[in-house]
Amino acid sequence: MLREFKQSLLIALWFVFLTFPLMVVRVNTIENVVVWRWANILWVAIGAFVLSYCWRYMLARRQRQSKKAEEGIDTRGPLQAALDNVQLRNRAMAVLLALAVIFPLVFDTYQTSIMVTALIFVVLGLGLNIGVGLAGLLDLGYVAFFGVGAYTYAILNANFDLGFWIVLPIGGVLGCLFGVVLGFPILRLRGDYLAIVTLGFGMIFKVVMENWETLSRGPSGIANIDRPGLFGLEMTLAQSTVYIYYIMIALVILTIIVTNRLKNSRVGRAWIALREDEIACVAMGIDMARTKLSAYALGAFWAGMVGVLFAAKTTFINPAGFTFMQSAIILSIVVLGGMGSILGVILGAFILVLLPEYLRAFSEYRMLVFGAAMTLMMIFRPQGLISNLRQIYQYKGSKDSTAHDG
Amino acid sequence: MTDKKHKLLEVKGLTMDFGGLRAVDSVSLAVHEGEIAALIGPNGAGKTTFFNCITGIYTPTSGDILLHPKGLSTRRLNGLKPNKVTEMGLARTFQNVRLFPGMTVLENVMIGRHCRTHSGIFRSIIRNRSVREEEQETVESSYRLLEKVGLEKFVNEFARNLPYGAQRRLEIARALATDPFLLLLDEPAAGMNPYETSELDQLISRISEEEQIAILLIEHDMKLVMKISNPIYVMEYGKKIAQGSPLEIRDNPKVIEAYLGEEVDA
Amino acid sequence: MDIEYFLELFFSGLTRGSIYALIALGYTMVYGIIQLINFAHGEIYMIGAFVALIVAGVCTIYGLSGFAILILAAAIAIIYAAAYGYTLEKIAYRPLRGSPRLSPLISAIGMSIFLQNYVLLAQTPDYLPFPRLIPSFAFMDPVAHIIGSAELVILITTLVTMVLLTLLIKKTRVGKAMRATQQDLSMARLVGVNVDRVISLTFVIGSVLAAIGGVLVASYIGQVNFYIGFLAGVKAFTAAVLGGIGSIPGAVLGGLIIGWSESFAAGYFSSDYEDILTFVLLVVILIVRPAGILGKVRKQKV
Repeated sequence: MLREFKQSLLIALWFVFLTFPLMVVRVNTIENVVVWRWANILWVAIGAFVLSYCWRYMLARRQRQSKKAEEGIDTRGPLQAALDNVQLRNRAMAVLLALAVIFPLVFDTYQTSIMVTALIFVVLGLGLNIGVGLAGLLDLGYVAFFGVGAYTYAILNANFDLGFWIVLPIGGVLGCLFGVVLGFPILRLRGDYLAIVTLGFGMIFKVVMENWETLSRGPSGIANIDRPGLFGLEMTLAQSTVYIYYIMIALVILTIIVTNRLKNSRVGRAWIALREDEIACVAMGIDMARTKLSAYALGAFWAGMVGVLFAAKTTFINPAGFTFMQSAIILSIVVLGGMGSILGVILGAFILVLLPEYLRAFSEYRMLVFGAAMTLMMIFRPQGLISNLRQIYQYKGSKDSTAHDG
Repeated sequence: MTDKKHKLLEVKGLTMDFGGLRAVDSVSLAVHEGEIAALIGPNGAGKTTFFNCITGIYTPTSGDILLHPKGLSTRRLNGLKPNKVTEMGLARTFQNVRLFPGMTVLENVMIGRHCRTHSGIFRSIIRNRSVREEEQETVESSYRLLEKVGLEKFVNEFARNLPYGAQRRLEIARALATDPFLLLLDEPAAGMNPYETSELDQLISRISEEEQIAILLIEHDMKLVMKISNPIYVMEYGKKIAQGSPLEIRDNPKVIEAYLGEEVDA
Repeated sequence: MDIEYFLELFFSGLTRGSIYALIALGYTMVYGIIQLINFAHGEIYMIGAFVALIVAGVCTIYGLSGFAILILAAAIAIIYAAAYGYTLEKIAYRPLRGSPRLSPLISAIGMSIFLQNYVLLAQTPDYLPFPRLIPSFAFMDPVAHIIGSAELVILITTLVTMVLLTLLIKKTRVGKAMRATQQDLSMARLVGVNVDRVISLTFVIGSVLAAIGGVLVASYIGQVNFYIGFLAGVKAFTAAVLGGIGSIPGAVLGGLIIGWSESFAAGYFSSDYEDILTFVLLVVILIVRPAGILGKVRKQKV
């Protein structure tokens, strides 16, 4: 007891020292003033003291759990165990779907618009999930494909007056094409290098869009993009938003179905094997290059498609909307939600998009909490919110495989 | 007598250099139909490197690796990617078990079927009848392989939860799923107790007889090797120092000297 | 061909490159030892610059002047950067040793975001002017249009730092322990090296270098902002990869290459595509030679 107290005290002192210049002193060199915020010392000290106790406890718990897991003891809490039940998950999905369908009828346009954003990130998360979650390809530049789709629609619409529905598949195909072209040279790179290269791609895309004025109209972006049409019907903003919402729901459902089908198919298993152990995977006869490329390109396809929708929804896009931060957020959705788990990604997207919206009061601290959350999740719950379930098969000539996982 | 049988794998003068280090020095061997051949030698002799050269993980510095599938033309394996080698009918297991821990036992075996099935992305999304049939067939044949190695009760367990001996058998089942005519086993008995080892040698013999699969195994456990394999090749410091039947090897002075200081349970 | 213009660009590039090299060393040393891309390293650089700013600001207001401020600011910035680097490793990376590669990477990204916003909230989003602390030397006047006093100071400081670092790594016991840990961590542990301490030290040294770079750049360019870590970080990271991540001379080489490329490209073409040049270089080198110019290819045991 005493030892822990002393330890926490020292930690508190350390953090007071550490944060002193930044938290206590505020210098304004423009006006040559110094502000001394002595009260902050107290807050930092107390906060550090309390948190160090929590930290110790959590680390000890993590240690205990991993020991138990090694011995094969089930360490899942009641919530986790419930979530691992396939039937429960499917029911949960069905309920979510029902809620989703009636949402715009209950809530106003503004809320619906926020939901659309959340759904866009769901699709982005599910798309990235194919590459990162299933195939284990670390992609830090995913937002580039999103941007390709968005700019495709913006450019084609602004210059050639092409409508949403025509460009929607084009956006997906173009995204996929970029995925193939970019993916081809980088396939043999190992984990970290792949991450860096994709990071480079993402940055290159943004800078190119900022500077290739004739194509993208530069940093000022492209405005007045048409909303999706419905047989030429004139729609108000409210109606259009609801319309887009239902299009997104359809897109989300499509993505879920496709991802789910692929996950438990020959291709999906090859992706997962690739992620789990690349060398063994290749030794079992799987063509690494082809398999990696298919995951990468398919993920790019979804990003491209939903990019078109994004441009249609916001009617204005510019390069500032496609930064590394966006890629990081989408990556977080996948990792924090639970790699490879569809329900996890959906949940992750909702939390990461909706929470900041509903906690507007704390919006200043949003990114701070986000950054801390990423680190904390990796330390204390790396498997994500919802862990991945695998298919349970029926065999010996009985009926087809049973229910799907989340 | 053995020369009458069809030669499946023929390695001629295989040499593997890593910079200045010669890990394998002009080693030749052959595996014939119906054989269980063994490659033995003290630690660091270059046996696994030899395997890795054959299976495409390394490209040999010089020498020839020739595969003679029955009824088909000879193929030179040098420098081919591992998946191509497996496609041609040569499967392997690993010295340190390399399963897919996040997949179930059944799925691990099903992966082996990948190179023998064809459902692509589009068809898998649509899930038409041929895809569903192929999927069901994969499930069934994988389950049968699990029964063959005695792991059927673990079907839907995660592979990482399996006890060690079972994991090794799972690796064998997975390799068998690729429909090989030649199976390379890298220290399949490592870490097993005598009971498990005797079960293993029965399994290997069964595979050899029932499935008509030739086997080349790297092993340390002399009991296992002496009991089931013939011929035996011996490597030391990258070179082949002896080859012959179990009796010949056991009495070979060079072999005894190489193993001096090592445990020999002959 | 205007030789003076060329030289001016040359020295400008050399200066930039030196700074990139200083920061790149932090990336490369950490990667060399624990195979982690320390995304938050750029933020340490930024924090170094910010602390220097705060110290300089306070000193100026309370009446100190000139060179004394520079030394004081630099010293305190270095101490704090080291402290932040040490704490960062202890909290965000050490608990993840042994986890799959993705986990520490994401943790690093999280810390990068956290630190950026921490400084943003604790201080200000504005660009704050940094006093020009590096004095102008009269003897530099004749060549001032080619290379300025500030640039000279930066170059000399960087050179001295590199020499000290090399001496540390090559000649001291600690340096030997670091090299051993980089080559084979478990083996080093077995022969009695305190691996935890070596890793902490690596982070501390990298942070010190970054802080020096931060102070120099802040004086040179004249302003700091919470976001400077990100861009400088990405570029320095590119330099490290270019030269061969894990290789110390590689980081220096990479830094210089990027510094010169940017300088000459901006000088002879246009500065628009300056940023993109770095990224294109990054992508090209990774495709053509992932291990970098001076890097060693790590073979995986099968």
